[in-house]
Amino acid sequence: MSIYILTDFGSTYTKMMAVDVDKGEIIAFSKSFTTIETDVTEGYNNALAGIKSQLGDFVPAVFLACSSAAGGLKIVSSGLVPDLTAKASRLAAASAGGKVVKTYSYELTEFEMEEITAINPDIVLLSGGIDGGNKKVLLQNAETIAKTEGDFFVIVAGNRSGAMEARKILEGGGKRVIVCENVMPTFGKLNIDPTKVAIRDLFIENIVSAKGLDKVAGMMDMEIIPTPLAVYEACELLSKGCEGEKGLGELMAYDLGGATCDVYSMADGLPKSGAFISGIQEPFAKRTVEGDIGMRYSLHALYDLICEEGGLGDFDQGDVADWLDICKSNPDVLPQGEYSKYAQIDSSFAGWAIRLSAARHVGYVERIFTPSGEVFSQEGKDLTRVEYIIGSGGAVINAPDPKMILQEASYSPRDLNALKPQNPKILLDKENALAAMGLLARRHPDIALRIMKNSFTEIE
Amino acid sequence: MEGQDKVTLVIGVIGADVHAVGNKILNYTFTKAGFNVVNLGVMVSQTEFVEAAVEADADVIMVSSLYGHGEIDVKGLREKCDEAGLNNILLYVGGNIVVGKQNFEEVEKRFLAMGINRAYPPGTDPQTAIKHLAEDLKK
Ligand code: B12
Repeated sequence: MSIYILTDFGSTYTKMMAVDVDKGEIIAFSKSFTTIETDVTEGYNNALAGIKSQLGDFVPAVFLACSSAAGGLKIVSSGLVPDLTAKASRLAAASAGGKVVKTYSYELTEFEMEEITAINPDIVLLSGGIDGGNKKVLLQNAETIAKTEGDFFVIVAGNRSGAMEARKILEGGGKRVIVCENVMPTFGKLNIDPTKVAIRDLFIENIVSAKGLDKVAGMMDMEIIPTPLAVYEACELLSKGCEGEKGLGELMAYDLGGATCDVYSMADGLPKSGAFISGIQEPFAKRTVEGDIGMRYSLHALYDLICEEGGLGDFDQGDVADWLDICKSNPDVLPQGEYSKYAQIDSSFAGWAIRLSAARHVGYVERIFTPSGEVFSQEGKDLTRVEYIIGSGGAVINAPDPKMILQEASYSPRDLNALKPQNPKILLDKENALAAMGLLARRHPDIALRIMKNSFTEIE
Repeated sequence: MEGQDKVTLVIGVIGADVHAVGNKILNYTFTKAGFNVVNLGVMVSQTEFVEAAVEADADVIMVSSLYGHGEIDVKGLREKCDEAGLNNILLYVGGNIVVGKQNFEEVEKRFLAMGINRAYPPGTDPQTAIKHLAEDLKK
């Protein structure tokens, strides 16, 4: 029997799962508090003890892990024009599994400089200008970032004519710099993979130890990767399949957590009804991460967004305010037991979280009237034909009615122009296995895929 | 380094105009003449022209309009460029820029008044624009 122990170091919990790869089954779960403040191995050993108590003695085993502990991989990205290089830099940072806290465009201001210091990012991604194009803003932003307080890495992935000069400026300010290919070397063409690789390498080689994970990293059989990257790879595998096991085809996944809502689409996104594409063509595998949409740490920010849309009017406003306070003072709270009267409110928040983060991920179509009749112009990905939506994350899988929440991810006449899936099957990742399967996939993709296909259940 | 001393043009067909053939010819002709060409294709909004010119640090925006609505579509483009910091960028417009056969001197006057540097009558050879570019960029 060969066993894999898959660990996800979260901000609150260290979650562990044991898989018997011969049988292709999950055989044990365990979880314990993450102990990043003292020594992360403590929480790790507690979780492992939980597994051992279920399985008895098991040797040998392979140990793999991912982490979003200690704030996750915090990235600030920047570019020139919001819809062009700034968008490309955000996509690159998100696809590497970063928690993209903020994306800036044009010249950074003094106020934004202070904001970056307050965010205290692990990485600042600096881009702007296509190759041979504008380099003034790249260089000016390099000057600003060089003067910005904070111990972060800078990845320069902008106009290559300015990259070396930008590096010199930044190093002059004492920053550690990595120069990468431009995220948009020619107009409208994304080139995010080199930046993605650079971010992943920085995470493995430097950020893991900076976050106090080096001791536990030494106990693993493979380097620790960011949790969202593991989820991303799991989604990609689930969609595309691998040798010997077919994938599900085009899909979307929502991972709704306490701090963020992560949205993944694995789909070409091309127009399905003869629209013209305007703006950049987005990649097949796309991840967006919304730092102001989450069920606990970001619940207030989410509440503000919902108010702008005039939502939550059906509830007693006193109850809503109480629930906001309760979640703020106790981010681990569940709407159960003494708090069960807030269950509906919490579900409604979750539904809004899905709806608002969907709106920021999917493309839009616009009708334009011309002398020869109407034509349609599409921006972003057309996901109307996507067949599966996968729901993951505590707020979704533990909800009394997850279908109601995830329904917000599919097409609705309320958001007429949003190109959301029209008739998707909704699957629930009820074991919260996505991240772990992303890890297992690095060694046994076929088994990881089979486990996902078996454990994700369709909700009617 | 690549492109740094080449002249950069942004080209495209403005508005809801789908006439694609002339645009392909312009792309080919200007690229072959040694320019850095950023081609936005057909159905290009003013905003797209401006944003592309910002990222590309373009010297010229060459607007095509074939379907007769050039005047409305081009109106305000100069102001958008000013707003985006593209202060001295050249703006050329060509194709069939107004409806029907109008006195072109009148038409040209109206386009120049909108801050367009050069407006061309139907059937203008792209080489004419290349010649003008050499003059205008020297200034
Ligand atoms: C093919 C065609 C179509 C096709 C286009 C297919 C496609 N996707 O490309 C279709 C059928 C879709 C079409 C539709 C329409 N068309 Co049409 N179409 C033509 C046609 C016959 C040929 C265009 C062409 O490809 N020419 C060949 C290329 C190489 O030439 P070009 O486009 O003019 O470009 C050259 C020059 O103009 C110049 N140039 C262009 N831009 C610039 C810019 C600068 C800076 C410079 C220096 C030079 C320059 O250089 C180019 C290369 O040499 C012309 C008539 C004609 N013979 O030109 C009408 C024509 C352009 N269409 C016309 C019209 C009215 C329409 C419609 C409104 C008709 C309708 N009511 O449905 C629609 C509009 C649709 C839309 N939303 O755009 C009119 C425009 C009249 C006007 N401006 O006053 C024309 C002139 C026909 C006519 N005589 O009435 N059309």
